[in-house]
Amino acid sequence: MSSTNSTMDTANTVLSAQGLVMRFGGITATNNVTLNLKKGARHALIGPNGAGKTTLINLLTGVLQPTEGKIILEGEDITLLAPHKRVGRGMVRTFQINQLFDTLTPLQTLAMVVSQQQRLGGQWWRALGASSKVTERCEQLLEQFHLTAVMDQETRVLAYGKRRLLEIAIALACEPRVLLLDEPVAGVPAGEREELLQTVAALPADVSILLIEHDMDLVFSFSKFMTVLVNGTVLTEGEPEQIANDARVKAVYLGHGDEINDAVHGMGVQHG
Amino acid sequence: MNAAQNTLLNSGRWKRWEYPLWALALAVPLLLPSHALIVNEIAIVALFALALDLILGYTGIVSLGHAAFFGMGAYSAALFAKLVMPDPLLGLLVGITTAGVLGALCSATILRGTDLTRLMVTLGVGLILMELANKLDWLTGGADGLQGVVMGPLLGRFEFDLYGQTAAWYSMTVLLVVFAVARRFVNSPFGSTLKAIRDNRLRAMAIGIPVNSRLAVVYTVAAAVAGAAGALLAQTTGFASLDVFEFHRSADVMLILVIGGVGWLYGGVAGAIVFKLMQDAISSITPEYWTFWIGLFLVVLVSVGRERLIRPWTWFGRGAKRGQP
Repeated sequence: MSSTNSTMDTANTVLSAQGLVMRFGGITATNNVTLNLKKGARHALIGPNGAGKTTLINLLTGVLQPTEGKIILEGEDITLLAPHKRVGRGMVRTFQINQLFDTLTPLQTLAMVVSQQQRLGGQWWRALGASSKVTERCEQLLEQFHLTAVMDQETRVLAYGKRRLLEIAIALACEPRVLLLDEPVAGVPAGEREELLQTVAALPADVSILLIEHDMDLVFSFSKFMTVLVNGTVLTEGEPEQIANDARVKAVYLGHGDEINDAVHGMGVQHG
Repeated sequence: MNAAQNTLLNSGRWKRWEYPLWALALAVPLLLPSHALIVNEIAIVALFALALDLILGYTGIVSLGHAAFFGMGAYSAALFAKLVMPDPLLGLLVGITTAGVLGALCSATILRGTDLTRLMVTLGVGLILMELANKLDWLTGGADGLQGVVMGPLLGRFEFDLYGQTAAWYSMTVLLVVFAVARRFVNSPFGSTLKAIRDNRLRAMAIGIPVNSRLAVVYTVAAAVAGAAGALLAQTTGFASLDVFEFHRSADVMLILVIGGVGWLYGGVAGAIVFKLMQDAISSITPEYWTFWIGLFLVVLVSVGRERLIRPWTWFGRGAKRGQP
């Protein structure tokens, strides 16, 4: 099914993973995964714990090198490209566990990221923030992510919700064309959740987004297309209604997952 | 200019109190001519500490072998004066260049691995260079050191005098110039990407920073600055010996940074002043046991914390007061 998709809609496909396989020793974490992200997509990737979602992200961003298969970004093969160069080509991710710069303030963090994005990262004589193009973009981002009030506090003292917003703001400061959101609302307390959900919903429409999430409310409200990953394999793909009514998905994911899952696949893999 | 821009630029600006401070420092050789020699020593050690701070404090690369570059600068400046020409500024440039080239070559060794592997690799490079300087005695004079280095006058005018006044001004001026340049460097977009690598290498990579190339550049710069410090030492003492490569130099400079504070350009300067003055004062009282007191001071410093140690009024307050600025 996915292979016909990829031939039909090549022009519309921004990011394409083709037949990705990742083996760690004897374990196959990603098993022949093909996934196409369309332009401006709101595409969710779901699956039980241990389905290989984060491994797939690591493959796409270049942290891991796939054992087999290739990755095409905007028509070019980037399978062997270094992680930081993929960012330069517009593919950016956020992390499930915040990866921030603890001793910098949100303002310094964003100024640094925006400078790097505007190809000023190698500049060593002018001060950070000397370019008003950089600082204007920083102010926009601070505003957009509700960080203006805390822009001058060290990141390590910020509340968790604010740290989570900064995590996404950093990714957006890279001006991505493809954004991989790894569980953006994971661990966010109820009071700070709404702010984050609104921010995620308001992300620019021309950015193609692949969302990895356990939170089904967010997944179904946000995504227009879904891929279900189980045991490193694509179980099915489709529109949210299709997925919600798919018996296999219900069995594997929404309902009493593990027993049926194991029975269907005849494997004894445990889900953490 | 908007608020964000102002906030960002503020951290790199020179504060009003800094100008008189440097003016005073430059006046010390004149006011206290008998202490010019120690002023010279302090300026050199401060410059060396500043070099280490660039990699340790700003980029998070630990090193126990930074004396390799200090020694390289010292020997190449001394050899240049002896074999080519005695001009101090050209010699300084030679010291900086050779140490920088060595740093660029060695930077390949610190890109991978953990802090522990870096400690070992840098330590190893330092030992190798010391042994090379020892073995190549036809060039370096081996264990006897490189003697008979005669320096020409500075800028063709100022002779190095016995009391070390010229030397002190020379070293202090170099320190000030490097300090000012380093300040721009660490407050630039480039410098902020170094801090990003220090704080979170994984994320730095994920926002498109070419981490390895940044590490190589800063390691080269830090080596070049250490080379400048070494060159100053050889030039102002007219001598280069194996001592410049010794392990204790690498260890001392790390102590100095710990005393003064890492990730803060004044840390190296403050640490150098405290360390050298303590060394001077204590060793004049107990020449054999001064390291005991330095050791004790360090233990107290790191267990009490620098912030608390320089604020005696907080020593006896209740615990609740601790968090207050």
